[in-house]
Amino acid sequence: MYWERDKECMDREELEQLQLERLQSTLNRVYSHVPFYRKKFDAMGITPEDVGSLSDLARLPFTTKADLRDNYPYGLFAVPMREVVRIHASSGTTGAVTVVGYTRNDIRTWSNLVARILTAGGVTKEDVVQIAFGYGLFTGAFGLHYGAERIGASVIPASSGNTERQIQIMKDFKTTALVSTPSYALQVAETMQEIGIPVSALSLRYGLFGAEPWSDAMRQEIEGRLGIVATDNYGLSEVIGPGVSGECRERRGLHINEDHFLVEVIDPGNLHPVPPGETGELVITALTKEAFPMIRYRTRDLTCLMPGPCPCGRTGRRMSRVTGRTDDMLIIKGVNVFPSQIEHVLFEIEGTEPHYQIVIDRKGAMDEVTVRVEAGESIFFDQMRRQREMVDTIRKRLAHELGISVDVKLVEKKTLGRSEGKAKRVIDNRKL
Amino acid sequence: MLRIRNLESGYGRLKVLKKVTMHIGAGEIVTIIGANGAGKTTLLRTVSGLIPARSGEILFDTKEIGTLPPEKIVFLGCSLVPEGRQLFAPMTVKENILLGAYPQYRKRHGDQVRDDLERVYGLFPRLRERERQLAGTLSGGEQQMLAIARALMARPRLIMMDEPSMGLAPLVIKDIFSIVTRLREEGSTVLLVEQNAKAALGIADRGYVLETGRIIMQGTAEDLLSNREVQRAYLGRDLDAEGTM
Repeated sequence: MYWERDKECMDREELEQLQLERLQSTLNRVYSHVPFYRKKFDAMGITPEDVGSLSDLARLPFTTKADLRDNYPYGLFAVPMREVVRIHASSGTTGAVTVVGYTRNDIRTWSNLVARILTAGGVTKEDVVQIAFGYGLFTGAFGLHYGAERIGASVIPASSGNTERQIQIMKDFKTTALVSTPSYALQVAETMQEIGIPVSALSLRYGLFGAEPWSDAMRQEIEGRLGIVATDNYGLSEVIGPGVSGECRERRGLHINEDHFLVEVIDPGNLHPVPPGETGELVITALTKEAFPMIRYRTRDLTCLMPGPCPCGRTGRRMSRVTGRTDDMLIIKGVNVFPSQIEHVLFEIEGTEPHYQIVIDRKGAMDEVTVRVEAGESIFFDQMRRQREMVDTIRKRLAHELGISVDVKLVEKKTLGRSEGKAKRVIDNRKL
Repeated sequence: MLRIRNLESGYGRLKVLKKVTMHIGAGEIVTIIGANGAGKTTLLRTVSGLIPARSGEILFDTKEIGTLPPEKIVFLGCSLVPEGRQLFAPMTVKENILLGAYPQYRKRHGDQVRDDLERVYGLFPRLRERERQLAGTLSGGEQQMLAIARALMARPRLIMMDEPSMGLAPLVIKDIFSIVTRLREEGSTVLLVEQNAKAALGIADRGYVLETGRIIMQGTAEDLLSNREVQRAYLGRDLDAEGTM
């Protein structure tokens, strides 16, 4: 099953022609419409006319999350605001969010790309799709929502949280496809067991999961417990949101929508391309975005490009499932968390030392985070009431900053390891 | 059918086209829109061999035609309906049409010319009615039909049309464009260069926007029609005025 067969199964030579056309016109547009790119190109002594082949892409400058922050909020937009019909934002370090925009055409493109991924995962217009991502500034829920509507499926915008209610909806509305993070799918399975609802009471057939890394072992567990076919999909708001790539039913890598995204895999150290098939940092150039074009965005996600054709017939190259990050970003309950965000909060609270440790465990399906903080001289450990107040304050501030709840434990000064100068800030006990 | 990569060309020291990359698939109607002086005509003249390509490649099917003279390119099946019709005014309609059959005679397919003539008369009954009239006495719309008929006599697989709507009344433009659609239905591939972007995008599958010799946008006709920059610059919609209404 394909959504746009002519695009998804395009002959490679034809695809490369299309990519070059789109790359050149995008470069011409960003060079004239976005001062940030013009300055960067000029500084490197390069103009759009120097790009005559796809391999010339390597001569262009990278764009990083820091560039997005520096141009907050609208500095990288290539169209006037009156042409922007949607704004999304993504979390970043130390509270600085980055903003992306969409024109009407961008929304249509986005819907189509997600429709491809849903179709590849088995969803058709006959399906009832429950979206259990949080609706809001994040792109996940809206992207999948539009894609499912585009196909003609019945969409339930359940949003995230309240697992028992989600299960009730699933049962009563006869949901056939669940869209969520993979860990939430396990949470659903566990809650069903707790409240005594058997899988046979549901109509679920497919699960489309993304927004956090997961393993094949986890897939097997989800599939076994929910009786579904689970596929992985990938995207990030900086280039569009979900819709960059997704697994087909073969489930051997995620097909990249290469007619809309040019991908490179580089060594994050020396910034050169890695040999084919080796793992490195994924770099994406968006070829068709109108409001928010993106040239060589360093995703910080680690993956590799897989060789050879896929039996499903799609010609879009496949990337392996994302195996990690090049920076210290953590994905906890599907939310991006940087240790520096936690550090930032602790610095602002009097009576704590800037020594802390983040411990992440997975209890059942859900992530649990404990932040261990060294208390300063001013807090004596016999002052229980003050301790409790401080823990409360830290917990509230962290929840506010991170958007997820965490446990906080105060520990005595100098009890957290700081050997070899650099403390191990993160202990991730989760087994993917 | 036609694949152009990094094409550069111009006149004398003036470089008009800057790294133009585009393609046309068999059976498509593709339009190039752009303002006066953007390089649209230069592009068609370069593909037709009337001016040489300075660099880049032009593949017709799999054959590089960037260095071929115009008549060879016509022989291969790629014909131009030039801007301003370029008819032979003192000759009759029929004589003008038959001039277009020259490649067929050269290929010793002269016996097919009668059938071809019938076919273009079928497409343009008006030309049959006026076959003995001098081309210079035709109306603008009829002259455009004659220019298209002449190009069709070479049995092109790709027809390139340069501003076919120029100087014509809206009703006549509609006629001409319905003929373009019909040509495609009969198996031809069409590259249409137009200032009348709205009409062109109305019948095209895809389009490219040319600005000062560079392609700044490409996409399906639907995408381009709903792109606000295209609307403002080429479709004559004053969005500011609409906003205040």
